Amino acid sequence: MRHTVNAATRRVFAILLGTAASALFTMNAFAQKTTEQGIQEYRDMLADGNPAELIELRGEDLWTKPQGPKNASLEQCDVGMGPGKLEGAVAQMPRFFSDAGKVMDIETRLVHCMVTLQGRDVAEITKKPFSSDGEKPSELESLVAYVYAASRGATIKVPQSHPEERAARARGEKIFFYRAGPYDFSCASCHATDDQRIRLQGLPNLTKPEPAQAAFGAWPAYRVSQGAVRSMQWRMYDCFRQQRFPELKYGSQASIDLITYLGVKAEGGTMQATSLKR
Amino acid sequence: MLSTIKYPVSLLLVTMLGVSLAGCANTENQSAAAEPSNEEIHQLLLASFKTKGQAKLERVNQTELQKACSVAETAAGGLPDAKRTELQNAALAAVKYPADGKYLGDWKAGEKLAQSGKGFQFNDKEGSTAGGNCYACHQLAPQELAYGNIGPSLYQYGKLRGNSEEIMKYTWAKIWNSHAYNACSNMPRFGAEGILTETQLKDVMALLMSPESPVNK
Repeated sequence: MRHTVNAATRRVFAILLGTAASALFTMNAFAQKTTEQGIQEYRDMLADGNPAELIELRGEDLWTKPQGPKNASLEQCDVGMGPGKLEGAVAQMPRFFSDAGKVMDIETRLVHCMVTLQGRDVAEITKKPFSSDGEKPSELESLVAYVYAASRGATIKVPQSHPEERAARARGEKIFFYRAGPYDFSCASCHATDDQRIRLQGLPNLTKPEPAQAAFGAWPAYRVSQGAVRSMQWRMYDCFRQQRFPELKYGSQASIDLITYLGVKAEGGTMQATSLKR
Repeated sequence: MLSTIKYPVSLLLVTMLGVSLAGCANTENQSAAAEPSNEEIHQLLLASFKTKGQAKLERVNQTELQKACSVAETAAGGLPDAKRTELQNAALAAVKYPADGKYLGDWKAGEKLAQSGKGFQFNDKEGSTAGGNCYACHQLAPQELAYGNIGPSLYQYGKLRGNSEEIMKYTWAKIWNSHAYNACSNMPRFGAEGILTETQLKDVMALLMSPESPVNK
């Protein structure tokens, strides 16, 4: 799909999904599985024309475009496989980067490259990482879509050879079970038991390899209801919103640790990059 | 009967064993990482979050119960029995029962509260009315098919239990502070935390207990 997706097309997608979902809703009491199946059929239907492809193209333009005080592109950005080498890279992230002295997920690494290669300001880059409803995809969302596309089909293997990588995973596990806030929720409140759901939305048990593989492989995702590519950082941010926590900072240590915990659990899974979700 | 612990400990252990075996490709390396303390995680979260709207940064500070339950989930043996009893007793002792002794309000208003998931998120307006969001986790009225299953089904709650003073009091306390009967329950403390007002709690009670409520038809 190479033509422009406008708001009207997005609405059609949303209506199609809404109709399918509500039809299934009323069918029977085992609505969860049926709804899941309906959404899967819908995904298959659109598999040849995932709107995320347009955002990938936009990301490619941004990747190759000279920008910032240094008037440089991101083509020499090293996301773990050497400068400019993207193939399969995000299936092995977060990872430790010796030039930064810390574990980074892909989004943090992209920001790092924008600062070091292009000479840009962190605060400016991360001011609004997620697009609002009806807005154009943000620069980071577009770059994420582009970079992940080079890992489509790659096998997940988040490294644990460096002590910092192991420490990130260990902290991520603790954060996963950390209850706080007015509702006493942790990640585990919803994601540590099999076959649970909120309303009809299935909740993967992220303490188990198979659901973790599916979840890790499915982000970033094109969210039909929002008409946007949503990244793994966004997924963490929005989960914490529903947990009634304060706002998770973009690229924060907690976000990187949680993604590392999930990624290590997801070893052996396949990157869908970019998937399609309701 | 209302306990949210669904699986016997033995099953949980088998599950955990399965996870660790399946993840053995990484276990050798993982064992080298030092266990981070709860306080280390607390400090890390203070640095990783920021206040937004009504969701102040202080929300990452844990209550004693939140801390005990978080630590127990990753500790061998879980929550010690003495600690469990202590936490439950403290929660039960602090329950405030309705001042006028009347437990039941309007089940229709209760149904609306049960449907609403609004409240306390950083994108919710500060001071706006929060919902109970009961359907997120429980089956209630049979007409609503989009119910979650994190908590047990409450369909026919009152019909099955009757409306004795004892049941009324128990149900009120459970909604006020679920930890009174299950130290590490996943259910929010709707009364103790001020999520719902006394009037709203009575409405939710009516949804569960009233013979006219669709829950008991």
